[in-house]
Amino acid sequence: MLAKSSATKVKNQVASHDVSLVSALPWIGPALILIILVVIWPVIELVRISFTDISAAGSLLDFNGLTNYRELLANPDIYPVARRTLLWVFGIVFFTVILSLPMAQLINQNFPGRKYVRWALIFPWAASVVMTSMIWTWILDAYSGELNLTLTQLGLISEPVDWINNPGSSFYFLMAVAVFVSIPFTSFVLLAGLQSIPNDIIEAASVDGATNWQIYRRIKFPLLRNSLLIATIINLINVFNSFPIIWIMTRGGPGYDTDTTTTLAYKLAFIESNMGQSTALGVFNFIVIMMIVGLYLRVTKATRTEI
Amino acid sequence: MKAIKSKKLTPKKVATMAGAYFLAWFFVYPYINMFLTSVRTHDELYATPSTHLPQVWQWRNYIDVWSHAPIASFLKSSLIVSISATILVLLVSLPAAYFLARYKFKLRGAFLLLVLATQMFSPTALIIGIFREVDFFKLLDSYIALIVLNAGFNLAFSVWLLAGFFSSIPAEIEEAALIDGCTRIQALRKITIPIALPGVVTAIIFTFVAAWNEFTIALTIISSVDKKPLPVGLTQFIGQYDIAWEYLFASTIIAIIPVVILFISIEKYLVGGLTAGSVK
Repeated sequence: MLAKSSATKVKNQVASHDVSLVSALPWIGPALILIILVVIWPVIELVRISFTDISAAGSLLDFNGLTNYRELLANPDIYPVARRTLLWVFGIVFFTVILSLPMAQLINQNFPGRKYVRWALIFPWAASVVMTSMIWTWILDAYSGELNLTLTQLGLISEPVDWINNPGSSFYFLMAVAVFVSIPFTSFVLLAGLQSIPNDIIEAASVDGATNWQIYRRIKFPLLRNSLLIATIINLINVFNSFPIIWIMTRGGPGYDTDTTTTLAYKLAFIESNMGQSTALGVFNFIVIMMIVGLYLRVTKATRTEI
Repeated sequence: MKAIKSKKLTPKKVATMAGAYFLAWFFVYPYINMFLTSVRTHDELYATPSTHLPQVWQWRNYIDVWSHAPIASFLKSSLIVSISATILVLLVSLPAAYFLARYKFKLRGAFLLLVLATQMFSPTALIIGIFREVDFFKLLDSYIALIVLNAGFNLAFSVWLLAGFFSSIPAEIEEAALIDGCTRIQALRKITIPIALPGVVTAIIFTFVAAWNEFTIALTIISSVDKKPLPVGLTQFIGQYDIAWEYLFASTIIAIIPVVILFISIEKYLVGGLTAGSVK
C-alpha cells in the first residue's frame, strides 16, 4: 500500500545499520513481552491442560496423557460439527472471494459518487460483528422482520418463515451473514491490488484492441493473484475463528446443530464445564490455524523481506 | 480508461452506477433498518402487519434508552478499555516499529515472523488458555486484563503499518537534526513522528475500533454488569423474553456511527496494515 519507492529505500537503510540484539531489546522488548503474555502463554497453557485431568471447577488434578483427546474422539457429536465447520469455512470463503472480485472491479471504476459507494462498503467492516448479527436476527425475524414483510408483499411467501430457527435454512443464513461481513475487507484488499496495476499496461493492451474482458482475464486477473491469495488466506483464518455471528444468532443451537468447532470449544468450556474435551478441541483448532498461518507466512515471504 | 477522460454518461457508465449504488444500498441497508427500528414504538415492533417505515417516529427512544439499560456504564467501560488499549499499543509499537525500520539485528526476521503470526491469531482460539492465565494473575473481571489483551492482539497491525511509514522517511533527515544538536528522542519527536503522522493516526483509529468491537474476551473474563463493554452488555437484551429491540438498536446506532466515521477517515491506509508484509 505504501509507495513502491519506499520499499527500496527500506532496503538501503536497513543494510546500513547493523546492531546487536541487546541494543535492540529496549526498543522491541515491550512488544516482545506483550506478545508472550497475550499469545504465547495462552497457547502453552492450552496445550498443557489438554493433557491434564481438570475438574469442572477448573482445578488441575493429574497428568492424564491423551485421555481428553480420546474422550473427544469418542464423542459422536463432534463429527457432524467438524463436517459443518468445513462447509462453514470453505463455503463462506468461496462466496466471499467470488463476490468480492466483481465488487473490487466495480469500486475501481470511475463514476460519480464512487467515494460514497466505498464508504457504504465500510459499514459492515467497521461496525461490530455482534451488532451486525443482532440486526440480521431482527431482519430475518419470522413475524416482524423486513425480509418476510417484503417477501409477503411480493407474493413469494404466503405465511411467515422462521429463517433462523428453521433447521433446514438456519445454518445457510448464518453463512450468508458471515459472507456479508467478509466482503468489505476482501474487496478493499483486491481494490488495492487493482490499483497497483500500472495504467500503461492496460492502455497498451487497449490500444492493441483488447476488449475489457480480455484485459481483465489476461492482464488484471493474473496480476491480482497475490492479493487474491492473501485475501483468501486471511479470510480462511477469520472465518474459521468466527464466533460472534453464531453465538448471537443461534448459540450454535438447537443442540449442536449450528455449531462449528470454534463455537463448540467455547460452549464445552464455558457452558457445559467440559474442560477436558474443550481443551482437546481447542488444541485441534489451534493446529488448524497454525497450518493456515504457515501457508500465509510462506506466501508472504517474498514481499516480507522487503520491509 | 476512456471513462476517466470523458465526463459524458455512456449507457455502460449508467449501468455501472446503477449496480454500484444498488450494492452500496445493500451493504448499508441493515444499518438503515437498525435506525428505522430504533425510532419505532415498542407496540409497533410487534404489530401485524408490520410496515417498512415507522408509523410514529419515536425519537424519544434515544433519550429513554439511557434509563432503560445501563448504556452509560457500557459506554464508559468501552471507552476506558479502548482508549487505554490504544495508548498501550502506541507506547509499545512506536519504538518497535521505528527500530525495525532503521536497524538490522540478530533474530530480526524471527521477530517479524512472530509479530505477523500474532496478527493471525484470534483470541477466540486461545480463549481457554487466556481465561486460565487471567485467572492465574487474579485479574478476572478487571479492566486491566481486557486492556492488555486487546492491546496484544492488535499490536501487529500497528507495528507493521508504522514500520512501513518510518522506513519511507529518509534517515538523512534525522541525522541532519542530530548534527544540529537534537537528541535522538528530540529528533524522533520533532521530525520523524510528525512526518509519520498519518500512520500514527491510522494505528490509533484501527486499534481503538478493534478494541471497541471486541467481544469474545470481554464476554469470557468480565462478569460484573458495570464493567461490561457495549458489545457484551447489549447482548443482555437478547436473552430477554420481550426483547426491547427499539432500545437495543438505539444503543447499537450510538455505538456504530462513530467507528464507521473513524474507519472511513483512514480508508486509504487500512489494507496496508491488515495485509502486512504482503500487499505493497
